[in-house]
Amino acid sequence: MTDVIADGAPAGRHKGSLLAQDTRTKKRNAAEARFKIYGLFAICLGLLALVWLVTSIISNGAGAFQQTFVTLDVTLAEERLDKNGNRDPDDLRKVSTFGYAPLIAEAMEAKMTETGIAVEGLSAKDAAALVSKESPAQLRNFVLANPDQIGETVTFEFLAGGRIDGYLKGRVSMESAVRDSNVSPEQLMLTDAFVEAGVVEKRFNWLFLTAPDASGQRPEAAGLGVAIIGSFYMMLVVLVLALPIGVAASIYLEEFAPKNRVTDIIEVNISNLAAVPSIVFGILGLAIFINFAGLPQSAPIVGGLVLTLMTLPTIIIATRASLKSVPPSIREAALGVGASKMQTVFHHVLPLAAPGILTGTIIGLAQALGETAPLLLIGMVAFVREFPDGPPEGLFDPASALPVQVFNWTQRSDPAFVERASGAIIVLLIFLLIMNAVAIMLRRRFERRW
Amino acid sequence: MTDVKIAARDVQVYYGDNHAIRDVSVDIKDKTVTAFIGPSGCGKSTFLRCLNRMNDTIDICRVEGDIAIDGEDIYDKRVDPVQLRAKVGMVFQKPNPFPKSIYDNVAYGPKIHGLARNKAELDEIVERALRRGAIWDEVKDRLTEPGTGLSGGQQQRLCIARAVATEPEVLLMDEPCSALDPIATAQIEELIDELKQNYSVVIVTHSMQQAARVSQKTAFFHLGYLVEYGETGHIFTNPEDPRTESYITGRIG
Repeated sequence: MTDVIADGAPAGRHKGSLLAQDTRTKKRNAAEARFKIYGLFAICLGLLALVWLVTSIISNGAGAFQQTFVTLDVTLAEERLDKNGNRDPDDLRKVSTFGYAPLIAEAMEAKMTETGIAVEGLSAKDAAALVSKESPAQLRNFVLANPDQIGETVTFEFLAGGRIDGYLKGRVSMESAVRDSNVSPEQLMLTDAFVEAGVVEKRFNWLFLTAPDASGQRPEAAGLGVAIIGSFYMMLVVLVLALPIGVAASIYLEEFAPKNRVTDIIEVNISNLAAVPSIVFGILGLAIFINFAGLPQSAPIVGGLVLTLMTLPTIIIATRASLKSVPPSIREAALGVGASKMQTVFHHVLPLAAPGILTGTIIGLAQALGETAPLLLIGMVAFVREFPDGPPEGLFDPASALPVQVFNWTQRSDPAFVERASGAIIVLLIFLLIMNAVAIMLRRRFERRW
Repeated sequence: MTDVKIAARDVQVYYGDNHAIRDVSVDIKDKTVTAFIGPSGCGKSTFLRCLNRMNDTIDICRVEGDIAIDGEDIYDKRVDPVQLRAKVGMVFQKPNPFPKSIYDNVAYGPKIHGLARNKAELDEIVERALRRGAIWDEVKDRLTEPGTGLSGGQQQRLCIARAVATEPEVLLMDEPCSALDPIATAQIEELIDELKQNYSVVIVTHSMQQAARVSQKTAFFHLGYLVEYGETGHIFTNPEDPRTESYITGRIG
């Protein structure tokens, strides 16, 4: 049984000292070192891209959380707002926002006189244009809500116009104002003077998170309120539908269904569905839920249904994988003491698979939260200013969604919307981070060893 | 005392096209330890799993022939395998306690079969089962700790306790000591010897010494056939079939 040749060592035996590497070993070690460098390089590249992405989004979007406000004392003149003097709501409503604009102009003039600021060549109308076009509406809403304040002088904080806001954030300069028909250098000079007087200031803007969208001419007033509610409603629909359906389907396929050609075909199709482009689900939703079932367009219920279809394969695949990873010995043990198949699954297999199922579901939800394409096809891209009602009726009201809002804002011409879109991306990313953190927490909490 | 507990006649088992068990007929006596020995892949575990219909969970497995426990055909359409498995307990090769507390491991069977009316009764059942499993003294102070935290031998005795907790009449053991060290093995063997007072025990083993030590009856399987079945002493000292002799002298297997 020995291969030892007469003169001692076999042909291939290593003859040199162990302290010196031979050429073969050197080559192998070099190959290993090279491979490590490739890996490091790939990871550094990935990290660099991530850092670049995050910094560019934050540097672009952080501004959206800050907004410039103008503080003015407005005299709510009775002769303009309520000629009859009887505070009749119907009469008050007859005064349109155009009727309120002069009040703001007067307040602006008063403020200039009060602070002693005067800019040569600036008309009263131009000075009044410092505040957002949204402001008369803000004023009117206030008056309709508080008719008793008519005749008083009330201090208001109006949003500054988009260009003025841009000037304070460095987006607009004196040079660009010369060429801009929406803003003049004189207005910027007035702004400078007002900033020093404390009339114009920049601070945190809750309206960005709570206000509805605004038209392309007034980026300063645009907010994410409707989009956040729409996204929330859709996630609610997806969770309520996709989790039970997905888990039930996986349990049936994994534990009960016979293994034959039909289940094989179903299995292959589920895997394929997970890879179908999401816009295809959008077309499917348009055809089935809107055209056939007659559900309203732009409604979170339809968005939720479409996203449910899209998320189901993800949830089913994750659930089946975690059911598969439960060791068969646990099933045998339960069957061995006389548990029925269902008791085995619900008492023993499902609790052990729960962390995997939950993580899969949350990752599926996160994917659905960021999905844009299918929502465009079912009309969620519409311009919605009305908040939907509370659930369940609100599910049928038009709403927007976070990723669609981003898409929507990037389409608009005013550069102020670039900042808004980046801000919306930050909000979306924060939601995704929270969801992933919850997934990790649940996994840690429910994880068990066996 | 030694009535026939399980009677198998002309049992055939197929895994798809593979004919795994051929023409096996055997009478297993009550309150006796019966050992199944044979080389790997000879079908002894497969046959054992037919006795409590664990093979039902394998889709491609098909069983023909008659297996009767106390004269009742267990493959009759009216038999619910769940009831059967309460009557025929099983201990597996690898200790497989549930990832739950020691108490819950043992209490699970009685709970799902409704053997206890209240907590006190359940406590009693659990204690009796753990005593029968010869593990009570080691775990009585830590019943709430996870069963998976015990040593391998303790886990296996816990599994035996879990199996006897449902008051079965037959106890099937599929190589219960193959994952254990010699000391744990000796403890289990001692336990098997005690268990035969109350149960009909059928044990599959790879170790011929173990079969000789614990069993009264031995069945030798080879290539799906039941080659020889008889008193353990007889099989090991005076085998009738040349294949049995080759196996126990170490020439095949």
